[in-house]
Amino acid sequence: MNSPQTAAFVSGYEVRAKSGANGEFGGELLEIAMGPHHPSTHGVFRMDVVLDGERVVKLKPVFGYLHRNHEKIAEDATYLASIPYTDRLDYFCSLTNNWAYCLAVEKLAGLQVPERAEYIRVITAELTRLQNHACLGGFLLQDMGASGTPLMYAFREREKILDLFESLTGARMMCNYMRFGGCRCDLPDGWLEQTRQVLAGFPRFLDEFERLLNENEILMSRTQGVGVLSSDLAVNAGVTGPMLRASGVNYDLRKVDKYGIYDRFSFRIPLGDHGDVYDRYMMRILEMRESFNILSQALRDIPEGPIVDPKAKIRGFRPKAGEAYGRIEAPKGELGFYLISDGSPNPYRYRVRAPSFINLTILEDMCLGHHVADVVIILGSFDIVLGEVDR
Amino acid sequence: MLGKGIIQGMVETARNFAGSYVSGDRLVTVQYPEERLAQIEAARNFPFLVYDGEDWQQGLRCVACQICEKECPPKCIYIIKDVTKKPDHTGKLQFQPKVFDIDISVCMSCQICVEVCPFDAIKMDVEYELSTADRFGQLLLRKSDLARPNAYYHRIHPTEATAVDAHLATERAKAAAKSKPDSKPAA
Amino acid sequence: METLEQIRDRLAAAFPQARLEIVPNGSPAAQDSLWMDSAQALAIARWLRDDPALRFDYASNVTGVDWLDTTVKESTKSVQVIDGVERLIEKKTERLIPGFLEVVYHLYSMELKHGPLILRMRTGNRSGEVSVPSLTPVWRSAEFQEREVFDLFGIVFEGHPDLRRILMWDGFEDFPMRRDYVEPDDYEFEPTPHDEVLEKAQRHHPEVSS
Repeated sequence: MNSPQTAAFVSGYEVRAKSGANGEFGGELLEIAMGPHHPSTHGVFRMDVVLDGERVVKLKPVFGYLHRNHEKIAEDATYLASIPYTDRLDYFCSLTNNWAYCLAVEKLAGLQVPERAEYIRVITAELTRLQNHACLGGFLLQDMGASGTPLMYAFREREKILDLFESLTGARMMCNYMRFGGCRCDLPDGWLEQTRQVLAGFPRFLDEFERLLNENEILMSRTQGVGVLSSDLAVNAGVTGPMLRASGVNYDLRKVDKYGIYDRFSFRIPLGDHGDVYDRYMMRILEMRESFNILSQALRDIPEGPIVDPKAKIRGFRPKAGEAYGRIEAPKGELGFYLISDGSPNPYRYRVRAPSFINLTILEDMCLGHHVADVVIILGSFDIVLGEVDR
Repeated sequence: MLGKGIIQGMVETARNFAGSYVSGDRLVTVQYPEERLAQIEAARNFPFLVYDGEDWQQGLRCVACQICEKECPPKCIYIIKDVTKKPDHTGKLQFQPKVFDIDISVCMSCQICVEVCPFDAIKMDVEYELSTADRFGQLLLRKSDLARPNAYYHRIHPTEATAVDAHLATERAKAAAKSKPDSKPAA
Repeated sequence: METLEQIRDRLAAAFPQARLEIVPNGSPAAQDSLWMDSAQALAIARWLRDDPALRFDYASNVTGVDWLDTTVKESTKSVQVIDGVERLIEKKTERLIPGFLEVVYHLYSMELKHGPLILRMRTGNRSGEVSVPSLTPVWRSAEFQEREVFDLFGIVFEGHPDLRRILMWDGFEDFPMRRDYVEPDDYEFEPTPHDEVLEKAQRHHPEVSS
């Protein structure tokens, strides 16, 4: 699948304007800084683009504007104190960030998560996935020029899910909910019922969203065949999440690692055919349908019981010296935490493998030869969050 | 037919527009500040200190153990221990804070201080309409700004507060049972 | 997946000159790792990716670790006969283990769905010999991550196509993720109630008293 040639690196090439010999353009190259204050870059992110007319001939992503050295802060803090900071990585999906970090620490310290807590984790993570993917659809359409409508419809649904998060965790976005060996508090009375109600309305939203957009001719002509990512390059460049699956590679950590209790649910992994922007958009829609299936099963089966491992300590938590790498399928891709403990209350090394950061590696390859306007939607289909890219 | 998808989308938009007049599901906007959503019980904003009884200085549950100061991720809590002690709710003499400051311009509302507090002394407030003209002075909350009665805690987080009260009552009962056999030989 | 020992043995057969060592991991995660010599790293990486039984086609995570110089105090006890009497002599020695920088690669196989294989490479020391070969020609996903390691730890990746700072700005000089990094003292005064902060403020703004 992956021959050495595909790993060839495209850089250091000479950039030269197309000569007038092939009849189109004999002018000079234009260098533009798109961003950091550009509405399409989803945050403070800059692309240094070299243009030949309207075509991109070179593109270098520049970031770090939001860099706060999260890893250094975490190495100076106790294990517990890093959980609220993980919320602020990918601020759309704080609960999956919590889960990835807790999973790594649980591996490091050998903690067991009780069954009820596992179910709660699955429910909250899949709700997170629903709201993230719904918003991505909205943002992508916003980038394409469909101002407002799809995004507002998506935000309306997200609002209901955020209300659920607030009544469970106390905060809408910075949830800070999961703990090593379980969750912070049990579900409040009536929360499951409320969740079932919100979910009951979700398929209707999805149907509407699909009717609104899927067959829209403008959307199709803007996205189909744009930003094609081949499966070989995707694997080699470590692209993960819906982007990888849109290129037809069947790799979902929920199936591969079966972390938590994902082996108990029946769900399918949607795969794309072409690896273009349209496939990446559809991937999110289809994944929302599957997340809905997982949620219905989890809400049906959730047992009673404790929610935290009795061995887990809140104060004075010191894992034995060693290291662990834990990873989960976050809505944006594989989110991993690599921890080295030296037996002290602080991690010796704390590393976040951020999916949006690594997915950006191949931004240039995907944009070359496309129009500037396509760069915007190609970037939109990546689903990046700068809190996570810059850390 | 070219344009079918666009027309289908337009129909969907029209349905949503008309639907917003009849269905609360489609019209979710609340006209703040005239209308307000019901307060969610688990909501959290900034921490406050709970006191029992009438006098806030006597009834403050905080014993200045400084665990929250150490655990606070952004380090926004500042405590100085007082040299004098006062009895806590079980009657045992405990330290008290001389200074207890929270810089809420730094606080990130994570609730770690509440979790690590062994004395149920610090809890999360739900007040969100906070604005001041002075960035430095008024965003630094002193002990007197932070102290709130237990009744206030009951009002904002009823379930949690009842559980905390029950827990404290059993502790008091334990302390009373312990002190009785001790007091007999002394008497 | 083959065990780490099997992989090491097969690698040792394929690369007789390479130095390979298993680094044990004491935590319950039990993810042991393989330390390889940097001289043949590129060839070894290529072999790991292309071997039909392993096919590690996906480098998930690339990161650096800074190990400072450590002194280990050792005491050896020996029984010696001195003046006809057996005595227990205790010898205390201090041994300096020089620090080094380490690069860690977490490899998985998307094709065969197994992993992880954890590869480590070490630099000679922390100041002069800080280069290791770049594995970006083998795994493209290492491109930005190696840049990040270069940026934050100061490990130089030889053969990296575009080794520049990535998160810090160009012209920044230190390496902030090193353990001995000291924050620059370019403090902006904000009256937060911490001793440390107030002290710093006092240093910079002697006119402010609090």
